[in-house]
Amino acid sequence: MPLNTEPNFREPGVRHRWAYAPGDAFYQALIGAHQGLSDAQSELLNARLVLLLANHVGDLAVLREAIALARRGVGPGTDETPAA
Amino acid sequence: MLKTYTWPHYEYRPAPELGARQPRRVPLAIVGAGPVGLAAAIDAAQRGLPVLMIDEDDTVSVGSRGVCYAKRTLEIFDRLGVGERVVAKGVTWNVGRTFHGEREVFSFNLLPEAGHHRPGMVNLQQYHLEQYLVERAMELSAPGPAESSGPSPMGSATPERGPSRRAASIDLRWQHRLVQVTPGGEGVRLDVETPDGRYAVVADWLIAADGSKSGIRRQMGLDVEGKVFQDRFLIADIVLDSSTGEPFPLERTERRFWFAPRFHAGESALMHRQADNVWRIDFQLGWDADPEAEKNPERVRHRVREALDQQGFGHIGFELEWVSVYTFQCRRMSSFRHGRVLFVGDSAHQVSPFGARGANSGVQDADNLIWKVKAVLEGRAPATLLDSYGVERGAAADENILNSTRSTDFMTPKTRAARVLRDAVLTLAAEVPAGRALVNSGRLSVPTWLTDSPLNTPDVDHFEGWMVPGAPMDDAPVRGPHGEGWLLDAVSEVGAPCAFVLLHFGRPSPAEREAAAALDLALLTLLEAAEPALDAWHDAHGLAARRYDARPGTCYLIRPDQHVAARWRRFDVDAVGAALERATGRVQ
Repeated sequence: MPLNTEPNFREPGVRHRWAYAPGDAFYQALIGAHQGLSDAQSELLNARLVLLLANHVGDLAVLREAIALARRGVGPGTDETPAA
Repeated sequence: MLKTYTWPHYEYRPAPELGARQPRRVPLAIVGAGPVGLAAAIDAAQRGLPVLMIDEDDTVSVGSRGVCYAKRTLEIFDRLGVGERVVAKGVTWNVGRTFHGEREVFSFNLLPEAGHHRPGMVNLQQYHLEQYLVERAMELSAPGPAESSGPSPMGSATPERGPSRRAASIDLRWQHRLVQVTPGGEGVRLDVETPDGRYAVVADWLIAADGSKSGIRRQMGLDVEGKVFQDRFLIADIVLDSSTGEPFPLERTERRFWFAPRFHAGESALMHRQADNVWRIDFQLGWDADPEAEKNPERVRHRVREALDQQGFGHIGFELEWVSVYTFQCRRMSSFRHGRVLFVGDSAHQVSPFGARGANSGVQDADNLIWKVKAVLEGRAPATLLDSYGVERGAAADENILNSTRSTDFMTPKTRAARVLRDAVLTLAAEVPAGRALVNSGRLSVPTWLTDSPLNTPDVDHFEGWMVPGAPMDDAPVRGPHGEGWLLDAVSEVGAPCAFVLLHFGRPSPAEREAAAALDLALLTLLEAAEPALDAWHDAHGLAARRYDARPGTCYLIRPDQHVAARWRRFDVDAVGAALERATGRVQ
């Protein structure tokens, strides 16, 4: 299964009248988790979250596709060596 | 002085109660002639309930303030008799475009679906709206026979109707200032100051529409709790001069929102068109901005010039119309009903402006409340029905606060982590649909589905779609005895000023007709398009049946505020009677 890049947030058993609602709820929870953290703590939180979600996805093909897509949008690195 | 608007000044009149020994008793008093108070007054009068309305000022809103009026509000305005004026004067728009820097990352269409009378949103300066509402209220203030304007044929060129049959009168008093409110078990005493002295009245019910700084709320020692956002925004209303340079593209009526535009480094900005070629630009300033310095006209002109230049409108001239710096909060009272005092609009709840959920939700408060006050005053419902106002509109306030808080947190991130995530969403938005779905540049006002209301009767039959008990009615094109029209207009046309309506798909039997009449229900029969009948309403394009998942025999019990109370596949007099009891708070 390829990486799903369509809107995909949902809540089992809940019918959302407005399509944006579950995504907004996720985003609020994510921002809320950063409340009161230092910058370093926030970075650690994001990294831990990525690792947990990656494990949940599990499928290496999907994860490689996600890594590539995410990396492309960040721009060239400051290092001369090309990204692996 | 604005270039495009001259404020009306309404005439102060001395109170007839001055010098009276006993305060006069009135059934309903409303304090505050803003959009919400005026909507409540007009609705009450149209439903046959006389209103005493006082306002400390003698004119309409000073600034343009609330400028976006949503579909549901326009539908309510139709019932109040001002919808057509608001839509004709205002600027209709459905499309919102969102930019990150130079790049468009996301756009939305508020009304992708055809077959609705009113558009997703109309922009109109608040002073115009208030003026129309005042003028409508004054029509209802005229002494004399109330039977002044009967129902006009539906679908005619000027459907400014509203159910003004049996209208009562609005006693609208300018420069009457409430100085003391004394709530009691039997009524609320109002002590009012005027240029000619003080007087008192006692109201059975008081509606506090006196705004975010509500004096009534303060005097009663009631709290309003929530979150203050540490940010400031600059509003610049400008008049574009399309006679200089290139003509301004007038078809550009969309809302434009920018994250970090080049013309306003790092912050956000919003541009909206209003009536009379006035445009509003909002600039996020940050908490440390000096409000006075930011209002300096030269400084504002410079900001506006940059914003216009970057959109390719470099040669166009403009003049400043109105400038203001605002902060905002998201908060609400824990209860909107305190005995005989009912709080509506900003006095009860406040939201950030992103999403246009302030004035729109206030008008819906009034729409929810007035039929209940009328039913209680007439003894057709217990006073506890008014608790359902607090429950239903409290749920709406929570939803509005939730959405406007989420928008504000996205649009104006307050920490580095929040900004990093926000910017990550914006970069993804340009690449994948999943990113676009998370961009939150304001979730615009939509009505609340009152699905948890104690007034609803849960479904026993199976239905698809969204017209569940508690839903605000969806509109649909219909063909009536007088021609093409709209379902929502048809419902208000058949409904007596305070009656529930039974919307019946297909022709009811004579026995069903009689049973509905015995329950005091107004009956709206909606036939399939092809069915021959000259005296009935037809589902012209089958859209009503689709939106209501209706088959012949399906019926919906509709509240006076055009929310669904209950629905069945087949009319059953006992079930409908029980649902009506529940919807008027007679059983719980």
